[in-house]
Amino acid sequence: MPHDDPSGFRAELRDWLAANCPEEMRDGASTEDSICWGGKNWEFSSDAQKIWLDRCAARGLTVPTWPEAYGGAGLERAREKIFHEEMARIGARYPLQSFGIWMLGPALLQFGTPEQKARYLPPIARGEVRWCQGYSEPGAGSDLAGLQTRCEDRGDHWLVNGQKIWTSYADRADWIFALVRTDRDAPKHKGISFVLMDMESEGVSTRPIRLISGASPFCETFFDDVRVPKDQVVGEVNRGWDVAKYLLTHEREMISAGGQVMGAGRALGAVLADSETGQSDPVLRADAMRAEVDGLAVGLTLERYKDRAEAGQGAGDASAMLKYAGTELNKRRLELVIAAGGTDALDWADGRAPTWLRTKGNSIEGGTSEVMLGIIAKRILGLPG
Amino acid sequence: MLADAARGFLDGAAPLTHLRGLRDAGLTHDPALWKNMAAMGWAGILVPETTGGSDMGHAAAGVLAREMGRTLVSCPFLGTAVIAVTALRQVGDARAGSALAQIAAGERLYALALDESAKFNPQAVETRAEKHGNGFRLSGRKRFVVDGAMADRLLVVARTDGGLTLFDLPADRDGIARTPRAVIDSRDVADIRLDGAEATGADVLGKVDDAMAVLAPALRAGQAALAAEMSGLAAGAFAMTLGYLKERRQFSTPIGAFQALQHRAAHLWCEIEITASAILNAGRMLDADPANAAMAVSLAKARATATAQLAVQEGVQMHGGIGMTDAFDMGFFMKRARVAAEWLGDYGYHANIVAQARGF
Ligand SMILES: Cc1cc2nc3c(=O)[nH]c(=O)nc-3n(C[C@H](O)[C@H](O)[C@H](O)COP(=O)(O)OP(=O)(O)OC[C@H]3O[C@@H](n4cnc5c(N)ncnc54)[C@H](O)[C@@H]3O)c2cc1C
Repeated sequence: MPHDDPSGFRAELRDWLAANCPEEMRDGASTEDSICWGGKNWEFSSDAQKIWLDRCAARGLTVPTWPEAYGGAGLERAREKIFHEEMARIGARYPLQSFGIWMLGPALLQFGTPEQKARYLPPIARGEVRWCQGYSEPGAGSDLAGLQTRCEDRGDHWLVNGQKIWTSYADRADWIFALVRTDRDAPKHKGISFVLMDMESEGVSTRPIRLISGASPFCETFFDDVRVPKDQVVGEVNRGWDVAKYLLTHEREMISAGGQVMGAGRALGAVLADSETGQSDPVLRADAMRAEVDGLAVGLTLERYKDRAEAGQGAGDASAMLKYAGTELNKRRLELVIAAGGTDALDWADGRAPTWLRTKGNSIEGGTSEVMLGIIAKRILGLPG
Repeated sequence: MLADAARGFLDGAAPLTHLRGLRDAGLTHDPALWKNMAAMGWAGILVPETTGGSDMGHAAAGVLAREMGRTLVSCPFLGTAVIAVTALRQVGDARAGSALAQIAAGERLYALALDESAKFNPQAVETRAEKHGNGFRLSGRKRFVVDGAMADRLLVVARTDGGLTLFDLPADRDGIARTPRAVIDSRDVADIRLDGAEATGADVLGKVDDAMAVLAPALRAGQAALAAEMSGLAAGAFAMTLGYLKERRQFSTPIGAFQALQHRAAHLWCEIEITASAILNAGRMLDADPANAAMAVSLAKARATATAQLAVQEGVQMHGGIGMTDAFDMGFFMKRARVAAEWLGDYGYHANIVAQARGF
């Protein structure tokens, strides 16, 4: 439903989009290969992709809600909604997606020093620097605070040693934000810091890991005597857990909404209509109808929580609900999509199979469904233990 | 604000023990409670200000319905203040205006006599209104008429030569026989027999052969409010369950420390929150764009049905043996959830409407 537009913002934006969004960028595509991740070594898939990124960046529209000073457009919620509606109306691709936008940016805006914000945020907004997330370790997954990567104070620099795992796109990222242990004697949550490291630093190396969906977007990441300048800790030393948790609430909201971003937002009715079996199989139809009902309600819930949040803030602990519901639903949807496709959907080249396989990770990455339920039970419902 | 005021009033005037008291006394309804609600403006929440109402809209009506659901208040709010008022508002003549004023004052109760089969299906009407002189004679059977025994007036849907027609009749008109049913949720439900009951042209609400112009918006309003009531019901049942998880001890620990129960409780909370979004959306759509609200309303009713059923099933299970006793209130939630699931269209009915709107 269109929202009020007393100031003419919608009309102005609509004109701008009409004049500036290249035709090739209006195909509504949101598949993995259509995404522009940006970064120093990014190879644009077309001139149009580059033009579109540059034009949006110049207007702050790669990060519409960020302050103008850091490369955003400073849009408040009502205008942000209009922005998304107008983009969707013409099927415009989002010009840039990145961990910097989804995760590091919100954390820096909340916890960064003015110098850190000025240094790191604008290159994210312009798509010049690509970030990856170094949280998980071989021994620290759900129990993330058990992480062991060491970070020692060497007077004029930090020295980092250890290993991360499941680091998405580490082999293509320019920088990494990572959780490291700065105090080995403190209780586990109290000795963690949040550091930023250039992936080109001496001693950083990565090894790709292949996913069941065929692609290899995540890596093991090794730190071997990596020297890190002193001003690259975000928030207070040993208080990195606060930053980490805050960032996770944004990550979880993003993953929840990811169902829409990954093209699964298409109405299941349309999916079934296009398939041979979809129309005739009453069991599949019934399952798809239930999933459609739930999908619409989950979508409304995401919007409701965004409406409720303070500008720039996330849903807090309730992000666990959004993540749990959104990802479990996304898995259900893709099961139905692939079932509707029958054997046609089983070729690697078809696209549905890799997407279906990839969704299985949605309920693991960013904290598993079981961990989300635990957060809800303890922090929201106040259950003991 | 409205929710807080409503909750404050209902906690005092109609807590769960109120329904139990009615049930134990063999009653379905407390006329004094409805008078009080009318005095607070609840009976007229959808009535135009010109006819004595507060015209606060469907989102606000949903807030009241939700609060009533929390404590399972038995009252004519849905049938009279939501369904009948919305129907009468579609008409807007002087007679409808005076009916609205009487409803707002708490002086007139309505019941919708529509269903004729065991499943909601508003098109499947066989009750006939035969032409008779200047008027009609109505014959047929209506089943499961909510508030049918207490109502002063009945909205009767009957088949005329060219379609369905809606009649607004006094419930005590000759040729109308009402048989109260003893339904599991202890509310007023009656079966109604029409045996040549006479109606004049003035008894027709809206136009002859065009019942749906008046009825469809009324049904949507009722479905949305019922969904809101069910979301309150789910929240009320869940609050009891959550309290019990923290208080009941087994194996030397509160049972709420068991992860199997924590995860189920957390899942249920998610379902309740997600359904709340669908309820709010339905109220907003009915107020902003009623002609296009059908999908939003059906989404709300489908979700509310599924969520309320989950809440009461988990509610009984997580209470163990005590959950099965009549002395404990969870059973009241379960019974109302089942009745509300069926009334005005069950999960499948509404999921189908959503699905059609989504290209199925
Ligand atoms: C596609 C993908 C991308 C990822 N990208 C990144 C990334 O970019 N950066 C990064 O740092 N990490 C990333 N991860 C890692 C992810 O955050 C972890 O996999 C996740 O937190 C789970 O940790 P684990 O794999 O060690 O599983 P474990 O914690 O060992 O869990 C195994 C199973 O045990 C369950 N379990 C664990 N603890 C409990 C408990 N207390 N109660 C009940 N059940 C429990 C889990 O739910 C799970 O089912 C990614 C993962 C995936 C799948």
